[in-house]
Amino acid sequence: MAKIIVVTSGKGGVGKTTSSAAISTGLAMRGHKTVVIDFDVGLRNLDLIMGCERRVVYDFVNVVKGESTLNQALIKDKRTEGLYVLPASQTRDKDALTREGVEAVINELSKDFEYIVCDSPAGIEQGALMALYFADIAIVVTNPEVSSVRDSDRILGILQSKSRRAEQNLEPIKEHLLLTRYNPVRVEAGEMLSVNDVEEILAIPLLGVIPESEAVLKASNQGTPVILDEATQAGQAYNDAVDRLLGKDIPHRFLEAEKKSFLKRLLGV
Amino acid sequence: MIDVNFQLKGSAITVVVLAIIRYEPKSLVEELKEKIAQAPQFFVNSPVLINLDKLENPESLKKVADLLTICRELDLQPLGFSGVPDVLLAPVNKTGLAILPTPSERALKLPKQEAPAAETVVERVVETVVETVVETVIEERLVQRQSKVITRPVRSGQQIYAEGADLIVLAQVSEGAEVLADGHIHIYGTLRGRALAGVRGDESARIFCQQMEAELVSVAGNFVLQDSLPKELFKKPVQVSLQGEKVVVDALVSS
Repeated sequence: MAKIIVVTSGKGGVGKTTSSAAISTGLAMRGHKTVVIDFDVGLRNLDLIMGCERRVVYDFVNVVKGESTLNQALIKDKRTEGLYVLPASQTRDKDALTREGVEAVINELSKDFEYIVCDSPAGIEQGALMALYFADIAIVVTNPEVSSVRDSDRILGILQSKSRRAEQNLEPIKEHLLLTRYNPVRVEAGEMLSVNDVEEILAIPLLGVIPESEAVLKASNQGTPVILDEATQAGQAYNDAVDRLLGKDIPHRFLEAEKKSFLKRLLGV
Repeated sequence: MIDVNFQLKGSAITVVVLAIIRYEPKSLVEELKEKIAQAPQFFVNSPVLINLDKLENPESLKKVADLLTICRELDLQPLGFSGVPDVLLAPVNKTGLAILPTPSERALKLPKQEAPAAETVVERVVETVVETVVETVIEERLVQRQSKVITRPVRSGQQIYAEGADLIVLAQVSEGAEVLADGHIHIYGTLRGRALAGVRGDESARIFCQQMEAELVSVAGNFVLQDSLPKELFKKPVQVSLQGEKVVVDALVSS
């Protein structure tokens, strides 16, 4: 049986799709056969971040409706062995997904894959509920900012009450906090919530802290998951997060502002 | 298949008792509205028993139907009356709603008046009825509702209500979450959301929490907001109780 991971947040624009792309790539890089599903029907983005937008023929909705087979819709990633993308439809809306249809697709994928990563749309409506319903593991993506934290808290409540595991009284979904766009300089200046603040409010284990980085935007625009760029802090932080997801115990990095060297301070850069 | 058309069961329900002290339609509507506004969700379609025991001016309530209209317009559901003074028995009867005995008089009043004409058989029936009534009351007093225990955090947007019981939360209550109980509320974590104890009017209800950061705390409909909490008790273990009509927050000090 595959493990089903939902990447969710409640709030939009916090980095769900970026994180879905990075984590699914990271899992595949470590030899786990992984598929990442874009649940954001009508606002398809994942294909762009994964750099496979020109290879989309059939999509998730086609498969759910039985208009194409799963194999026709799955796109094999060219960079990473063992990674597949199931893109969303851009022309339909979120009501096109039925619970039975999604369940059938997930059951089918479970036979072949080790991990199924569900990239949730923003909000707490139908689309987001569908993405989280079947999850075993939830990665809650949060920015160090009050509205994002509150929305994450709300989505945690929904994970506890409206998921399959909650409805069937099974063991609850494993929740992980992924703090993105973290800027230690602004935290020290008191402009941003600290890791400790967010951990205290949400009270779930911390999977990783991804520093705010220009590399993320660049990677998105180039269609390369940022985790592949191991020279960048964001790439390294995502790699750490994937290792922790697989059970490794490694210390968190990039939590402190870099000390400027004497020379840099002198030059004012 | 079930081969009977009905079952008879006994059941105890919680109702709000609306005790009318003075009946002046206009001011009554205003006061009621004000009370309902404090906790709207508890009063929506809430069953109400109208008690007339303390009514000072029974004559004014000859048009009982008006009072029922007032209640229904405020989304209350009048179930019946209790403590009806003799002058009002006829008009209240006309409304078709139940007339319930007040706890002190029980069901004895009406049958006794007919006693002289009744035969012994009837009397016996009356007696047994009275017995069962008394029995049920005793039973109600003995049965205690189980407290509701919540072990996971109560998240933003969630609402938990311990009906007719105490509520115990072994984790935090997030900002935007709401916990309610007819009895006490114990929170063994941080309270950042809203906590409302004694929502059916129990003024002795209290709220206990490990770390006080609440948006709002309320006891029996009287509330205080975070701004009015004593600054020195913020993020401290506290208890909240009602003294008179004032909600008081005290430090919880372990000796």
